[in-house]
Amino acid sequence: MPQKIYIRLASHRVNTSVAVNQRHPKIFTPGEVITTQNEFMRGHGTYEENGELKSSVAGVREQVNNLISVRPLKSRYNGEVGDVVVGRITEVQQKRWKVETNSRLDSVLPLSAVNLPGGELRRRSAEDEHMMRQFLQEGDLISAEVQSVHSDGSLSLHTRSLKYGKLAQGVLVKVFPSLIRRSKTHFHNLPIGASVILGNNGFIWICPTINNTDESVGGFIQNLEQVVPKQERETIARIRNCILALMQSKMLLYDTSILYAYEESLKYSVPELLVPEAMVDTAVLTQQRLCMIENE
Amino acid sequence: MSLCEAEKTFVLHGVEENFRVDGREREDYRPMELETDIVSHAFGSARLRLANTDVLVAVKIEVDAPFPERPYEGKLDFFVDCSANATPDFEGRGGEELAVQISNALSSAYRSPNVFDLRKLCILKGKKCWKLYVDILLLECGGNLFDAVSLAVKAALWNTQVPLVKQVDIDGNNINLDVSDSLSDCQRMDVEKAPIMVTVCKIGERCVVDPNAAEEKCSVGSVVVAVAGRKISTVLQTGTGSLHPVTLLECLTLGVKIAQRLDTALWDTLRQIKPNQDVGFLK
Repeated sequence: MPQKIYIRLASHRVNTSVAVNQRHPKIFTPGEVITTQNEFMRGHGTYEENGELKSSVAGVREQVNNLISVRPLKSRYNGEVGDVVVGRITEVQQKRWKVETNSRLDSVLPLSAVNLPGGELRRRSAEDEHMMRQFLQEGDLISAEVQSVHSDGSLSLHTRSLKYGKLAQGVLVKVFPSLIRRSKTHFHNLPIGASVILGNNGFIWICPTINNTDESVGGFIQNLEQVVPKQERETIARIRNCILALMQSKMLLYDTSILYAYEESLKYSVPELLVPEAMVDTAVLTQQRLCMIENE
Repeated sequence: MSLCEAEKTFVLHGVEENFRVDGREREDYRPMELETDIVSHAFGSARLRLANTDVLVAVKIEVDAPFPERPYEGKLDFFVDCSANATPDFEGRGGEELAVQISNALSSAYRSPNVFDLRKLCILKGKKCWKLYVDILLLECGGNLFDAVSLAVKAALWNTQVPLVKQVDIDGNNINLDVSDSLSDCQRMDVEKAPIMVTVCKIGERCVVDPNAAEEKCSVGSVVVAVAGRKISTVLQTGTGSLHPVTLLECLTLGVKIAQRLDTALWDTLRQIKPNQDVGFLK
């Protein structure tokens, strides 16, 4: 049975805020005065004018001792060493790949920073250079870790661990990088039957549960024959829609929030979750559950 | 945007199973948002947002001379602008081909007098008529441009107010039009039968409607069906693939069916519109 077609008027748009009698953090707009006292230091997202400290981005204020910075709500990804990112190969060059990671500049993945098939300790020969497109070609998705940040802000990546590498079947969801909560692990095998990689750069990869049994290949294998069963497909689609619902209400994304949203969304069918009312309802219920946990 | 083989496989299998990446069935549409009268200095305007696809349409009106071979008809002109903000591919002249394709599809869909009556735009036979410039701006691309554009154009034309001509003075070769100053004197146009375009996208062996950007990448070709009332006014094919006659027939039937549902949904929404409900872009 096909669903109804919804065309709603902009004036009937639902309010996506989930903040129920909570303290709102003050949001500074560009050019707004943060402080007139000059004992503070100028951090990221701020500038000084006529002895006043002003915000240069739209975001919330953060203070460490005397250092004031403003963290933008929406921005491109600013990489830090050790971050887990999900990215897409845009170019194959001499001894390196260019990767799109939602940063201002494309990131670089050197050939020397990947685990080649056939063992950890192997010399990279000229043949490997010719084979680069066989390992990773344009359009391929990878998970990787940030190895270093160059002076211009561009990133150098590595996949020198068995958990990183090429991604197989699944869905990519793009959110703002500021919505991803930093945590010890960004790889989650959710108990509901799907795996999620929360890239720090705002790219989220949802795929069927990964079995960590045959990992000797170093993650360049894709099984294109395998058909994902309907059940798993439904779970993946539901997680995708839940993440979009949380994003619409600007809620932080981490394993617990996604799991709660998944559980709260079960009263709707998966396509119903595309309707704004259902999205907000799911987000509000998730927020309430997260608050309850915090208060305990 | 490019997709890797594995992602394409995932999309393909999903379509085969009638359970797409976002949970929709093959014939399901994503929810849309519409606002009319959004550009204050246009005669009529509309903005339609379909997931990530964002289209702004404005209608301008000018007095012009009718074509000599069609003295009783006004003129209707479509212009599509692909903003480079939508996707980096549109930078420079990148969006030109798509823009021409969309505007040609629209003018061909609106050409028949059964669809849109241009005779209503005639002021003085063979001398003066109204010319409607329909400007379409693509602000964001998230797939399914044709459908979004056609819905937005229909809403904008519905919203358009043609000024009322009170009196025409003919003095030799000079023709003076006396146009009413009052805003309340304007007349709406009849867009009851204005066409709705439906893109039927062939992915694998199946046809889907309302493809998102990823699904469009997976398809070999699609058929755009413009439907006015119950009749097909234009059909065009996009993409490189070829179609079996049986598939083409299937696409057309599906297109007509979906277009009628879309049309009903659009009219339900247009009827709810009340004046002074401005939302605009900033909220």
